[in-house]
Amino acid sequence: MFESLQDGLGSALKSLRGQGKLSEANMRDGLKLIERSLLEADVSYEVTRTFMSRITEQAVGEAVLKSLKPSEQVVGIVYKELVDLMGPVDHSLHLKGKDEVTVLMMCGLQGSGKTTTCGKLGRMLISRDRKPLLVAADLQRPAAIDQLHVLGEQIGAPVFSDRTTQDPVAVCNNAVKEAKKLGADTVILDTAGRLHIDDELMGQLGRIDKRCSPDQVYLVVDGMTGQDAVNSAKAFNDALELDGVIMTKLDGDTRGGAAISVKEVTGVPLKYMGVGEHLENLEEFHPDRMAGRILGQGDMLSLFEKA
Amino acid sequence: MGFFDRLKQGLKKTGSLLKTDVRDLFKSEGRLIDEAFLEEIRAILFKTDMGYDAVEALVGEIAVKMRGRVVHIEELVDVLKVKLKELMAQPESPIEFAPSGPTAVMVCGVNGAGKTTSIAKLANLFKSQGKSVLLGAGDTFRAAAVEQLTIWSDRLGAPIVTGSPKAHPASVAYRAVEQALDQEIDVCVVDTAGRLQTQTDLMAELTKIRASMAKQIEGAPHEVLLVLDATTGQNGVSQASKFAEAAGCTGIVLAKLDGTAKGGVVVAIRQQFGLPVKYVGLGEGIDDLEPFVPDAFVDALFADVLSDPVTATN
Ligand SMILES: Nc1nc2c(ncn2[C@@H]2O[C@H](COP(=O)(O)OP(=O)(O)OP(=O)(O)O)[C@@H](O)[C@H]2O)c(=O)[nH]1
Ligand SMILES: Nc1nc2c(ncn2[C@@H]2O[C@H](COP(=O)(O)OP(=O)(O)OP(=O)(O)O)[C@@H](O)[C@H]2O)c(=O)[nH]1
Ligand SMILES: [Mg+2]
Ligand SMILES: [Mg+2]
Repeated sequence: MFESLQDGLGSALKSLRGQGKLSEANMRDGLKLIERSLLEADVSYEVTRTFMSRITEQAVGEAVLKSLKPSEQVVGIVYKELVDLMGPVDHSLHLKGKDEVTVLMMCGLQGSGKTTTCGKLGRMLISRDRKPLLVAADLQRPAAIDQLHVLGEQIGAPVFSDRTTQDPVAVCNNAVKEAKKLGADTVILDTAGRLHIDDELMGQLGRIDKRCSPDQVYLVVDGMTGQDAVNSAKAFNDALELDGVIMTKLDGDTRGGAAISVKEVTGVPLKYMGVGEHLENLEEFHPDRMAGRILGQGDMLSLFEKA
Repeated sequence: MGFFDRLKQGLKKTGSLLKTDVRDLFKSEGRLIDEAFLEEIRAILFKTDMGYDAVEALVGEIAVKMRGRVVHIEELVDVLKVKLKELMAQPESPIEFAPSGPTAVMVCGVNGAGKTTSIAKLANLFKSQGKSVLLGAGDTFRAAAVEQLTIWSDRLGAPIVTGSPKAHPASVAYRAVEQALDQEIDVCVVDTAGRLQTQTDLMAELTKIRASMAKQIEGAPHEVLLVLDATTGQNGVSQASKFAEAAGCTGIVLAKLDGTAKGGVVVAIRQQFGLPVKYVGLGEGIDDLEPFVPDAFVDALFADVLSDPVTATN
């Protein structure tokens, strides 16, 4: 796929050589290929369409650069637009001073990687000299509490859990209240996975949000998500006002186009990405790398700096 | 409730985007099939995740059959459905049980797809059919994966075979099938750790787990189910291809179809690999599993398109 886009574009735009300017007509086949590439990367259909018309508008009339093949030039324009779409970057967790308690809350669909990400963030915080407290607020999934305890042990962070209650709002609330006593300065709430159309469970998230007023609410999104990413991300953002998105499972061969969809519908920054099951597999999100991945290209940036 | 009703119920919870989209296209007197219309249909199909080639094939079909004509929505949807039903058609019985002795089932898939939960649901289904079931906790890697399956085994009243921590999953699978043989259990279902299909070592491990089951019973595992998350986009195609190669998958369980995702990637998978969908997951509960009915699935894909799909299709 990676090479095929470049090859296809190359031949589609071969006719361009010797022509001075990019025009809608001479770019048509190339644009079609780019559109296909975006759709195959799971970028939402609507986003793809608006994006493509913007690109066409932008590219038409541009002089063909001497140093680049026209195909590369068009890909370059697309690449730059994608980077802009997924930016700006903001990796900050907006932590308060250590004498206060910062509350981070994870939410998302079932199996997206919330619990693992709690462990990863906890580990990162410890390496930055913070004292995290993991909170087991998933009282639904069998052994969810045990899972968080295992992760807490692995990173050497305390885990707050209460097996006697069925009320995650109370668990979160108590954890935040106890945090100081437990020597923690950052609380990470691991909530149960839920469907965005489940009114009852979405309401429960809203109650946790209201009761504990987390400083940051992060949506954890599976990097392999398809077209439905827009629907779920929008619903979570409507219910909670997200502060960031963490995209997981990007260690595989998914093209990860959902990143664009999610950014487009929520407008909140993509902060981190999960690149493995191990707790050190958390990286800052980089729009440029992601754009290259979505386009199925290597690092286009270097190409562009040359131009 | 039947498969279709449950599916429809799941889809109905949202303010159905497809319904308004397509309804708006069709005023009561029908609509001219022109380029603009084809574009709108393309959008609708894409949102099911069925993938570029399938969408183009369907839109092409409509173009050939209807371009330049004024049609009614039922006619259009019928053309699409007939084509898709043709593609999705598959044999009736989801599971081939071994003619004698235990039937061994291996379950695999990417991380968090719904494997362990689907195993619990399958075990429950087999039990309701009067079969005895044994579970094998072949995920020895993920935090509390064994505990998770153990809780399900308690709830089901089904025995479970677990390994010592850090045991090789193949040895757990081996012992699970062994115990199923010893205790004359009807079905032995083995869980495996989630893995991405690009992790070659972990994919090779699946081949080993498979082989260890075959050492106990010739021809085992009788079924190898790939659990696919219905929200998965085009990566599902890569999953199907690589898991089928490493583990010899016999079918798909499409989990989490109770969300708003349509799971349309199975259309692309079916088209390219012929791998049948055997069950769908429709919730987190033990009863939330149904055998896959291709026609009903196709109807449900378009359920929001028509105001009353049942009467429209009958
Ligand atoms: N390969 C890979 N696997 C991941 C990543 N993040 C999480 N996982 C795995 O994905 C699976 C699900 O992760 P969990 O953290 O349990 O997901 P969750 O969102 O808490 O799930 P629920 O609580 O059931 O909704 C586990 O097998 C994790 O090990 C990642 O970045 N890469
Ligand atoms: N809504 C819904 N949730 C489901 C369904 N099947 C599983 N889940 C949920 O998805 C999450 C992950 O399910 P698991 O069964 O743990 O997935 P897994 O594939 O075993 O995960 P790993 O072992 O970590 O790779 C859990 O929260 C389940 O409750 C389904 O059909 N519908
Ligand atoms: Mg969890
Ligand atoms: Mg599991």
